[in-house]
Amino acid sequence: MAHPCPPSACDACSLPRATQGRSDRDTATSPWVVALAGNPNTGKSTVFNRLTGLRQHTGNWPGKTIARAEGSFVLRGQRYTLVDLPGTYSLRSASPDETVAREFLLFGRPNVTLMVADGTCLERNLNLVLQILQITDRAVLCINLMDEARANGIEIDARRLAGELGVPVVLCAARSGEGMDALLTQVEAVAQRAEAPQPRQVKLEIPVLGDAVKDLTARLLARFPGLANPGWIALRLLEGDQTVAARVADGTLGGRITDHAAEIRP
Amino acid sequence: MSPPDDDLLQAARAWQWRLPRDFQDRMTEAFYAESAKIASRTLTRPADSSRLRWQHRLDQLLTSPWTGFPIMALAFAAVLWLTIAGANIPSGWISDLLIGVLYPWFRTHAIDLMDPWMAGLLVDGMYLASAWVVSVMLPPMLIFFPVFTLLEDLGYLPRVAFNLDRVFQRVGAHGKQALTMAMGYGCNAAGVIAARVIDSPRERLIAIVTNNFALCNGRWPAQILMATIFLGVLAPAHLAGLVATGAVFGVALLGFALALFSSWLLSRTLLRGEASTFSLELPPYRPPNLWRTLYTSLIDRTAFVLWRAVVFALPAGAVIWLVARVHVGGESLAFWGVQGLNPLGLFMGLNGVVLLAYLIAIPANEIVVPSVLMLTVLLQGGTGEAGVLVQASDETVRTLLTHAGWTPVTAACLMLFSLCHNPCSTTLVTIFRETGSLKWTLVSALMPTAFGVGICALVAWMAGAL
Repeated sequence: MAHPCPPSACDACSLPRATQGRSDRDTATSPWVVALAGNPNTGKSTVFNRLTGLRQHTGNWPGKTIARAEGSFVLRGQRYTLVDLPGTYSLRSASPDETVAREFLLFGRPNVTLMVADGTCLERNLNLVLQILQITDRAVLCINLMDEARANGIEIDARRLAGELGVPVVLCAARSGEGMDALLTQVEAVAQRAEAPQPRQVKLEIPVLGDAVKDLTARLLARFPGLANPGWIALRLLEGDQTVAARVADGTLGGRITDHAAEIRP
Repeated sequence: MSPPDDDLLQAARAWQWRLPRDFQDRMTEAFYAESAKIASRTLTRPADSSRLRWQHRLDQLLTSPWTGFPIMALAFAAVLWLTIAGANIPSGWISDLLIGVLYPWFRTHAIDLMDPWMAGLLVDGMYLASAWVVSVMLPPMLIFFPVFTLLEDLGYLPRVAFNLDRVFQRVGAHGKQALTMAMGYGCNAAGVIAARVIDSPRERLIAIVTNNFALCNGRWPAQILMATIFLGVLAPAHLAGLVATGAVFGVALLGFALALFSSWLLSRTLLRGEASTFSLELPPYRPPNLWRTLYTSLIDRTAFVLWRAVVFALPAGAVIWLVARVHVGGESLAFWGVQGLNPLGLFMGLNGVVLLAYLIAIPANEIVVPSVLMLTVLLQGGTGEAGVLVQASDETVRTLLTHAGWTPVTAACLMLFSLCHNPCSTTLVTIFRETGSLKWTLVSALMPTAFGVGICALVAWMAGAL
């Protein structure tokens, strides 16, 4: 059993959504948008609560957050909107809750993507991290649950990992608040730094794929000028993703984020 | 499906033919190989840890077919027993205060201040309905929610889903339906939304349509009250708690069985198809933060649900008072409504009052029992005399209902009908939003109601035959 209201209360509020690109941002009025992404049950909602001071529901099971929730915090005079996304194992699959996360990361253009990984099973989590780094260069990796990982005797070399991935890495235990200050510092740095980090790109050395992606990217940009991540969408089409194909066909690709969150609070 | 004439999609399909057939697997492999490479450079883990071994042993115990199910049943029964045994005492205090002390006080002062008709509407109608909602619902929720939240935070829920996966697969449903049902025990609207974790549309529909068979928190109090005052008292005093618990547990179990049965029925008829497989992580057991859990469940769940119940009870109280006071053809509207519904009610082991209360309570299940009590009082006394109600303890409620002709069979049928009837309006709206289909919304409303009428009629017939 779980709480009686789905975590969609924030959908009703008038906080600006991160629908506009980075260049349109008016620093004086609109906040920086930080998206929280990661595998299910890595403690994204706990990080969210820590940073915003809100009480988004958390639970120890994958699939607890099913719609996105928003909250905000102020750091050195700058307002940040934090968007808690449902957990997802991959950007390549799409159950309805995972679609919410995928669409936001692809088309919502957050200023910073805060990736939350589980320190007790980092290797499995890196799969999604590497996928996210393919679609954004402004990312910070929070390795959460480090208290649990240490209790299991796991050690993680954060500096080395940051070097490997090309993005800042912070070891955290959101439950006790460990690492939250360092995390904020890194989020701020990535949001406000003029030049983006150069994250690691997984090389896909597959014959024909390069040409196929290039051709489809050009076609996508011709039809949807200014589309975010056309290369990634080209890959989805090649993989036969029906959701993306349907949105190409009806011309809604990259438009307003379809939000599955119902506004009701039962 | 994409139209064949879209040139972009056509180009994509043309490229697909030229790509290596296993290119998706090779992409997946590339990502996993890279992850493994990075992990091996940055991570050290011990060969074995006593903590992991301990967790592994616990998992074996909790998810083995032999021990997993009995432990689940025991845990569920223990939560129910704790709720029933613990809720009695504070329930008495709250009703003493709200109905025993405050109600007569409000009544006296309201009559001094305003038109008696208005006073009746406000105090006998709206206040009384809300007071009953609070005293019936608050105590069980205060115990039930925190205990369940603690189990959830510990990490027991995914183990339950793991155990039940086999069962759900067998009836053609998705294993994650166990999770959506678990949400449904809190609130069916939340359970319906939670079905988004299921990616197959067919299985998602099954989970949505059958979620109503998970007793929501609006219905637990009715179950607990009926079981306590009519069924528990059939046993010797020291066993009363256990008997009441057993009855509620039985109804909840029947709900689970009906969810399985209707899933099976749907996957053989309207939603034919094979169950899909999925992988479910068993997260590590985590010590819950006790104070935070108590705080969250108190503020976010209990207060929220109670507020919603009161918001629905206020207009319902007014409606009930009005139908009891507005006379047509020498009798009140309520009288005619009850008269009209009585044949069907009696056929189902209930009575017209209960069915009228269900009609009034369509917006929220929480107010069924308060509506039943108010209608009974107003129809008996006619004027809503405070005398009957001064102490709305369990004993008084029992006396009141017994005078109105209730038997343990009526109580049992009420419990069964509370399990099997249309979902509340909020849930129906949610189902419509999530499915986008009027047809499935109607199926979700009519199927459980049909089950309910059938089961209650069967019980009434059997009781009559004995």
